[in-house]
Amino acid sequence: MPQVELRKRLLFVEEIFHEGGPPVAVPHKRAAIMCVIKNPYAGRYVEDIQPFMKDLEPLGVDMAKRLLDALGGDPKSIEGYGKGAIIGTAGELEHGALWHAPGGYSMRAVLGEANAIVPSTKKVGGAGARLDVPVTHVNASYVRSHFDSMEVGAADAPRADEMAVILVMTTGARVHNRAGGLAAKDISGKDGLR
Amino acid sequence: MSAKIRKIVTIVEETLSEGGRAVSPPTRRAAALAVIENPFAGQYVDDLTELMDIGEELGALLTRKAIDALGGDAAIIESYGKAAAVGEDGELEHAAAILHPKLGAPVRKAIGKGAALIPSSKKRTGPGAPLDIPLGHKDAAFVRSHFDGMEVRISDAPRAREIVVAVALTDSGRPLPRVGGLKTSEIKGEDGLR
Repeated sequence: MPQVELRKRLLFVEEIFHEGGPPVAVPHKRAAIMCVIKNPYAGRYVEDIQPFMKDLEPLGVDMAKRLLDALGGDPKSIEGYGKGAIIGTAGELEHGALWHAPGGYSMRAVLGEANAIVPSTKKVGGAGARLDVPVTHVNASYVRSHFDSMEVGAADAPRADEMAVILVMTTGARVHNRAGGLAAKDISGKDGLR
Repeated sequence: MSAKIRKIVTIVEETLSEGGRAVSPPTRRAAALAVIENPFAGQYVDDLTELMDIGEELGALLTRKAIDALGGDAAIIESYGKAAAVGEDGELEHAAAILHPKLGAPVRKAIGKGAALIPSSKKRTGPGAPLDIPLGHKDAAFVRSHFDGMEVRISDAPRAREIVVAVALTDSGRPLPRVGGLKTSEIKGEDGLR
């Protein structure tokens, strides 16, 4: 079983007071955590890669906890989330797909009920590559006010034999959201969509 | 007049291994960045006092944010640095007015001592540009293990009429320092150099 070898951990917190419009009383917060780990499958083709998903779960839960702490610690305050991965150049896009299950698992382990799929993106990139991690409402993917994203990256990662796994949480909608659509207060069901 | 802040971003970077060796305890750096309106964008103004006062205010605010991001204990801070990025409608001199006259005093007050010059960098640039904040030991600029730098960036700042102001603090030098020179154990700490 491959061990998760962690080289670096980065935490980003953004507090947004306004974007040219009326300042908000409580700043909208976005936070991201990025862990740079060794890609156990770098440099060769490995058919059976799925066991690594289980290995990533403890790391994912630790990341989600740290992220929640950075946003104040209250799971109920988290309204949006997203995840992503950047795979170093000696790896495959498919290795990034290993983050889907443990990333989502970790979010729910820490946030409790969260019906919506955790939106995601991934790419192969070099050191310094930036990833625009998509963000949507935790309970209903169609909530338009919460469609958002957060750009993250690290100057020295991922190296060729590494991958960076990322989680993002937010405490609210876009700061001056006024593009209509489904509002958070109108979420009706448990299907994770509306 | 106080700073008109649009956004505050806090970044923490922990290095747990380097060159395949464990770094124990991990080295940690934190940077706090404020995105503010440039009151003098698009015009030539002789008297930059307002920006100097903003520098003093942000020195206190950003230092507190960075200390908090490293756990809240100012006594662990070992090195520091500062930087500013002016949007395209401003002048490099605006960055200088924020950084140099008054920003340092509240930084030193918050961390205690700080005999050394706070190393700095500045530039005029656009949103998303990387800012490399130089780092040096807070009490003795010649401590070679603590010569370092931290790259930060904000995807949507600085806009043309904004300035990004950054303070970076660490609880450590480089991960595995071994190029000799003055050591922390040899600091006299009187002249800020050795």
